[in-house]
Amino acid sequence: MALILELAVQGAQMMLVLLLAPLLTGFVRKVKARLLRRQGPSLIQPYRDLLRLMRKEVVLADNASWLFRVTPYLIFAATWVAAALIPTFATGLTFSWTADLIAIVALLGSARFFLALAGMDVGTSFGGIGSSREVMIASLAEPAMLLIVFSLALVAGATQLSTVAAFMGSPQVGLRVSLGMSLIALVMVAVAENARIPVDNPSTHLELTMVHEAMILEYSGRHLAMIEFAAFLKLLLYVSLISCVFLPWGLAGVEAGPKSFALGAVAYLGKLALCGILLAVFETAIAKMRVFRVPDFLGAALMLALLGTLLLFVSRSL
Amino acid sequence: MISGAAVLLWGVAALLGTAVLAIASSHGSGSGTRLIYSLTLGISAAVLLVLASRVADDPVTPSTAELPLGLPWIGAHFRLDALSTFFLVVVNFGGGMASLYGLGYGRHESAPHRVLPFFPAFLAGMNLVVLADDAFTFLLSWEFMSLASWALVMAHHREQDNARAGYIYLVMASFGTLALLLAFGLLAGPSGNYTFEAMRAAASAPLVAAFVLALMLLGAGSKAGLVPLHIWLPLAHPAAPSHVSALMSGVMTKVAIYGFIRVIFDLLGEPAWWSGVVVLFLGGLTAVLGILYALMEKDLKRLLAYSTIENVGVIFVSLGLALAFKANAMPSAAALALTAALFHVLNHSFFKSLLFFGAGAVLTATGERDMEKLGGLIHRMPLTSFAFLVGCVAISALPPFNGFVSEWLAFQAVLQSPDLPQWGLKVMVPAVGGLLALSAALAAACFVKAFGITFLGRPRSAAVELAHEVDRYSLAAMFTLAALCLLAGIVPGLVIDGLSAVTLPLLGSRMPVQMAEPWLSIVPIAASRSSYNGLLVFLFIAVSGSFAAFVIHRFASHALRRGPAWGCGFPDVTPAAQYTSISFAQPIRRVFGAFAFRAREKVEVPAPGETGPARLTVEIHDVIWETFYLPIGRAIDFATDHLNHLQFLTIRRYLTLVFLFLIVLLLVLALWP
Repeated sequence: MALILELAVQGAQMMLVLLLAPLLTGFVRKVKARLLRRQGPSLIQPYRDLLRLMRKEVVLADNASWLFRVTPYLIFAATWVAAALIPTFATGLTFSWTADLIAIVALLGSARFFLALAGMDVGTSFGGIGSSREVMIASLAEPAMLLIVFSLALVAGATQLSTVAAFMGSPQVGLRVSLGMSLIALVMVAVAENARIPVDNPSTHLELTMVHEAMILEYSGRHLAMIEFAAFLKLLLYVSLISCVFLPWGLAGVEAGPKSFALGAVAYLGKLALCGILLAVFETAIAKMRVFRVPDFLGAALMLALLGTLLLFVSRSL
Repeated sequence: MISGAAVLLWGVAALLGTAVLAIASSHGSGSGTRLIYSLTLGISAAVLLVLASRVADDPVTPSTAELPLGLPWIGAHFRLDALSTFFLVVVNFGGGMASLYGLGYGRHESAPHRVLPFFPAFLAGMNLVVLADDAFTFLLSWEFMSLASWALVMAHHREQDNARAGYIYLVMASFGTLALLLAFGLLAGPSGNYTFEAMRAAASAPLVAAFVLALMLLGAGSKAGLVPLHIWLPLAHPAAPSHVSALMSGVMTKVAIYGFIRVIFDLLGEPAWWSGVVVLFLGGLTAVLGILYALMEKDLKRLLAYSTIENVGVIFVSLGLALAFKANAMPSAAALALTAALFHVLNHSFFKSLLFFGAGAVLTATGERDMEKLGGLIHRMPLTSFAFLVGCVAISALPPFNGFVSEWLAFQAVLQSPDLPQWGLKVMVPAVGGLLALSAALAAACFVKAFGITFLGRPRSAAVELAHEVDRYSLAAMFTLAALCLLAGIVPGLVIDGLSAVTLPLLGSRMPVQMAEPWLSIVPIAASRSSYNGLLVFLFIAVSGSFAAFVIHRFASHALRRGPAWGCGFPDVTPAAQYTSISFAQPIRRVFGAFAFRAREKVEVPAPGETGPARLTVEIHDVIWETFYLPIGRAIDFATDHLNHLQFLTIRRYLTLVFLFLIVLLLVLALWP
């Protein structure tokens, strides 16, 4: 009985991230539009977009291979699994030990690997430019992310995300310089990984500076729907990650009852809304940077994360 | 009962017999090739069976054998313990797979009499190095292995650059053996007992130990490809036939690592803490520079060879961590780091063999190694490309494949290191952890490029249009390795538990038993700290991917239409307009190139009105070659030029020289304290 309940909670978490992901993106778009004094699309527009794309036929380039057709499902699956492994409303779910934070980062790496390959499959210059820039960005963002993981792991004594979140919610944490640095670095990495302004612009298809959109230019119909869905999930994943580590309040514990689960879910929605508003304000306030300024931006994140880790090696209390 | 080591010596003898047979029969054509590779395949399989029975029976108790060969009053000693058992598995499994691949690939060989005799000899040499239990046998086998592989590198000696590759390899190999010779001389000490037994018993003074470490880094490091001693590797490995390249990259570098572990962890006794710093630094440098060089490469086999350098760096990082932990009496953390290193040794032998086999298949099908002339092979060679893709994902350290597991274990070992007391290590370890992460990310970029340019896109030359799938032996070898890459990724506990027999005698500790964990997770320390379950990750991805595909195809559209790719309004763009390997690496070259290659780009745009083409010139320097090797080469040229006239002296002057030298020697003896 207990096992069934645990599985139900785990399944609820998987469906929750799946259902909430488009809503978060819609919310960010709405807030951005309101900040620009536009009406903006409806909150549920991303769901409608997904449904519309799924119903349309796929137009496949003549020389697209099987890899091109499999990739959308692989990316969606890897991102979904990664997103479902991040604690949203509760820690210590049944399968939370399947992958620790390092493995979650690497799962996203797998998704990116296949997306970059799919960009090169058709053999157009657009796909190539997108893929080559994507791997350049990843080659800096991934080490930065891993160094952030190191900092968190050194503070909490674990790479297990549930343990990290539980530790961050306990009073032992205190104010630490290294955690501040990690937070800033994590936000920078999250912005880059999700192709948001100032690294990439999610709402353009016509600029030579685009990265993510260039890779998926040849996709259409249900394939595009899967990739878009994966992108929504990835945004949700990073927001969940930041909120479960740095805003761990309200998370239900290991042996929690339905009441604390409900409380955790409400707190989670609040955190999502807060992060969404902050992201929208940030994106509205700054301009997109040139693609070769991105290494400086990510290099700064990398250095901050490295500095945070070094500080922790110097003293565990910093 | 006959001991394990003696049985394996029979295996070596059989390999040498095969080599002799190959000399006798090599002028026969196809049947000779098939005979030799079948024999080596059979011998490797038999040796693996012997090793398997040993592992099942009792892997820890060493078994020894002695032959009345070698130096008269010493004899040749051989010993089989857990460490050598592990490396023998790597050697013979790699050898067996290369033989299986050779059954098909060898038929395309233009000069079989230059390959067939040396292939079994090379395998025998590697087996002997791992079995050797005294310095003389070790060095002799080491030289035998080097020379056999040199002969294989020179198999196609008339091709451009191969002679130069062979020459540089020979020089570096001799240099490495010289360093090893001196290291063993120091270990043997004044008593001059050359058995490993005696060296293990004798304690070395700290200064001697430091020299031994430096000499082993030079000797074993040059064979393994540590930066800056790697320069021969990307020349020599690709020059050999592809299954030999796979052996050299996947297995021979591992034999070098075996030599390093044997001396530093087993014979030398307690390490000093700073030895960890040195090994960590060299490992981190090797990993990042190796993969950056690989990214700049457009020759598929050279790219793979440079990536071998990166992986050797990763292994040395883990070894450095193990040394640091061992020096500070943290045996369980040391066991974790050494397990990570050995796991990566096994993984790299799987996926690098697989990738070289794939490159060989591409070479057979198209005659091209240059990626700029390939492309679109996924349509022509679907099976090869699938196996190659598995290798690419595995080597990029992506879950759920095996490369990720060893990388993950290395990161877990890094996270153990804040407890280390020395400041040098405290600063070095996180920096090297960052370098490790950087090299993993760059490796993913490199293999996106390798697979994307070679197999995806549109064909860049006519040769690709005519390519077709390779024979079934080659495919069998590739698919076996691909399956093992996945298997070691989803059931890593099996490998980790197997490795515990190796770490236990070397470090006095082992990782906790993994196969007893629920759901086959791996848990290095405690479940609340870190755990990873490749099996569940794989299942979750498979299930959720199929679920998504099923739901969409069942409830939404499954209509599909083919059309031309979007060409921005330009119809029929030529395949030359695709991204090439050089252009793919351009963003990364801009980020890292200035410091790693002194890369410079020059754009020449003709003045308005002129009709000449615009030109983009990229200048890349091999900084290590130019700063270390060219000056040495110039100095040797200079010295030989100026010493040349010593050849034309009169007899009186020669006698004077000899006399003066004698006096100098006597003076040295007299003044020596």
